Amino acid sequence: MLNTYVVYVENKPGVLTRVASLFRRRAFNIDSLTVGRTEKPEVSRMTITVDADQDQARRIEANLYKLVNVLLVENITNEPSIVRDLAMIKVAATHEARSHVLELASVFRARVVDVAPESLTIEITGAEDKIDGLLEVLRPYGVLEMVRTGIVAMRRGKSGAAAAAANDEPDVASSGVSYSV
Amino acid sequence: MTDKKSAGASMTGASILWECLEREGVRHVFGYPGGAILPAYDALKHSKIHHVLVRHEQGATHMADGYARASGQVGVAVATSGPGATNMVTGIATAMLDSSPMVCITGQVGSKLIGSDAFQETDITGVTLPVTKHNYLVTHASEVARTIREAFYVARSGRPGPVLVDITKDAQQTCCNFDWEAAKPHLPGYRPDLSPDQKEYEQALELIHNAKRPVILAGHGIIISGAMHEVRDFAERAGIPVALTLLGIGAFPAGHPLNLGMMGMHGEAWVNHTIQEADLLLAFGMRFDDRVTGNLKTYASNAKKIHIEIDPAEINKNVKVDVPLVGDLREVLHELLPHVESIDRSGWLDYIDKLKGDSAVRDIQNLPDSGHLYAAHVINDLWRETRDGETVVVTDVGQHQMWEAQYYKHEKPRSLITSGGLGTMGFALPAAIGAKVARPEAEVWVVVGDGGFQMTLCELATIVQEKLKVNIAIINNGYLGMVRQWQEFFYERNYAATPLLNPDFAKLGEAYGIRSMTVTERSQVVPSVRTARKHDGPVLINFQVEQEDTVYPMVAAGASLHDMIRRPSKIVETAEDE
Repeated sequence: MLNTYVVYVENKPGVLTRVASLFRRRAFNIDSLTVGRTEKPEVSRMTITVDADQDQARRIEANLYKLVNVLLVENITNEPSIVRDLAMIKVAATHEARSHVLELASVFRARVVDVAPESLTIEITGAEDKIDGLLEVLRPYGVLEMVRTGIVAMRRGKSGAAAAAANDEPDVASSGVSYSV
Repeated sequence: MTDKKSAGASMTGASILWECLEREGVRHVFGYPGGAILPAYDALKHSKIHHVLVRHEQGATHMADGYARASGQVGVAVATSGPGATNMVTGIATAMLDSSPMVCITGQVGSKLIGSDAFQETDITGVTLPVTKHNYLVTHASEVARTIREAFYVARSGRPGPVLVDITKDAQQTCCNFDWEAAKPHLPGYRPDLSPDQKEYEQALELIHNAKRPVILAGHGIIISGAMHEVRDFAERAGIPVALTLLGIGAFPAGHPLNLGMMGMHGEAWVNHTIQEADLLLAFGMRFDDRVTGNLKTYASNAKKIHIEIDPAEINKNVKVDVPLVGDLREVLHELLPHVESIDRSGWLDYIDKLKGDSAVRDIQNLPDSGHLYAAHVINDLWRETRDGETVVVTDVGQHQMWEAQYYKHEKPRSLITSGGLGTMGFALPAAIGAKVARPEAEVWVVVGDGGFQMTLCELATIVQEKLKVNIAIINNGYLGMVRQWQEFFYERNYAATPLLNPDFAKLGEAYGIRSMTVTERSQVVPSVRTARKHDGPVLINFQVEQEDTVYPMVAAGASLHDMIRRPSKIVETAEDE
């Protein structure tokens, strides 16, 4: 199954390579990886999705913790969370098709961000399946170009890092390994 | 620590480097100079640290590794950029897989030249990323002190391992204020100090007290953690026999009644059968390597498993365990010991004794002297001659390594140094130099095959230049013996690329100024060992042993642990017939 990790790392050169190299070396297949700044300048945040069974998922977490620059790992796969992907889709839109495409975009609450004589560029943000849905209905018109960011995720309610630091009782029964610090 | 080096003194990055190494307790480094590390070498003259000049950078890393394994202290290797640094990779990977604490210092081209493919530029932090515990690129003199402190802290804490610090030439040359106190390690994400919780201890104790047929699997972690006494107390109190991994040899005394011997691919048959028939495995600081488990599907399938291990990533990696206790082995055993009940398990121990069966008859050391010289004879005689002293045996990789593990009875930790995880041929000679430098009072023996010896024999010159009393026993069978053995068993005796046409090793030793001899008969083994021990200087003995001898028992790669190829007992009869 697809596991989603939120990984806080030190904002230093080469840390992305270390994380990516870990997945390659241990033969875990990254489905998507995004990295960006956080509210703290010295911390970067990654959202990583990986196809892994339960045992592999635990080992990925343990291996991430072995990287000296990794500060905190949260597997939020089964946590209530907000997951967002962003896509820009350039669709062939001739004079006749244009109104149909605009209609579809509005149904999906997507925005048109560029209009050209032969094409429209649509920006859509949402869960991955929503974007997949839009993509499917646009395909018959001719998708000329597409780019997706990969997902970013955030736990609902209490804030992730602070919550994990405050909640220092790890759930041993469910994890099999205690990472108590 | 003179006053001028206290807070605020202006020093070059190179001087700061040596000052920090001294403050970390370093007394010896193993290295090889070159352009990008020259500023550091220039500053060495002001340091109390002794520099051992090696003949190849791979040797420097194995020496630092051997130094660390013999002493428990961090070993240090130094090299220049480019080829100097890349030559270190094999030694770094060797230390990584065997959790050996090591710090490698490499020079790097000037920071403004990085990325320009300058002369002798290599991205060594990129190259070594998967084979180091952590690594650093230092581009400013002001970063040297903190980085060195962090490197030592990371290398020696938690599960130890190699750390590489790549320092640009300009970072070595420029001056900055040196302040040791202000350069404290800052590693917010590093957690070497995990410990189990109460519930896990209780679960472990319940399994231990309910077990009828338990066995301890003793690994390298015991020696690293310094838990020899605790393991012994535990085994004696609970009446549980102890099987050793290759790197666990020495963690539990060979002569102890509860010691079973080595497990795994070339473990004794009764050890592997004990593991397969056990109802509880207590894995102490070992990682269920494939050479130890054989086929995982059939491995100890009726046993519950308790895994005491400092590295959480090892839990459930190869073998699924029932109770993981993640933490420092010594501390965990301290917690467990007061609660361990004394239980009489003599029935189980008697049963294991019966498993030994005809093993003694099949044992090659029991062969009568028929003129054949077997490696097992050499190693067993070497053990008998050196057993009373403080002896460190450093082996290479292959058949002789397995015979050493079987026939040299190690009573003390850090008395066997060998490359287990990576299986690095060429390890023995340089690692023995490191061991001798670390423990000059110890008697150091290299046990090495004729193949592996030729991979790093240039370090003979280092032995001579450093005036080190290291004894070298070459187990010379004219083959890459272990590969030949696999060809014999699994490739229809097609000995492709395994016969070796060797030089006269005794003459070679003499050329280096090392007293050397060749032994071809069993009766000469003990006298040659005695001569070597008495001689005031290094000695090389070329033991020309049986060419097509085989290590038994053997679990074929991927076979079940109980499914062993045994030494045919007719060999004994054949020998008696002669």
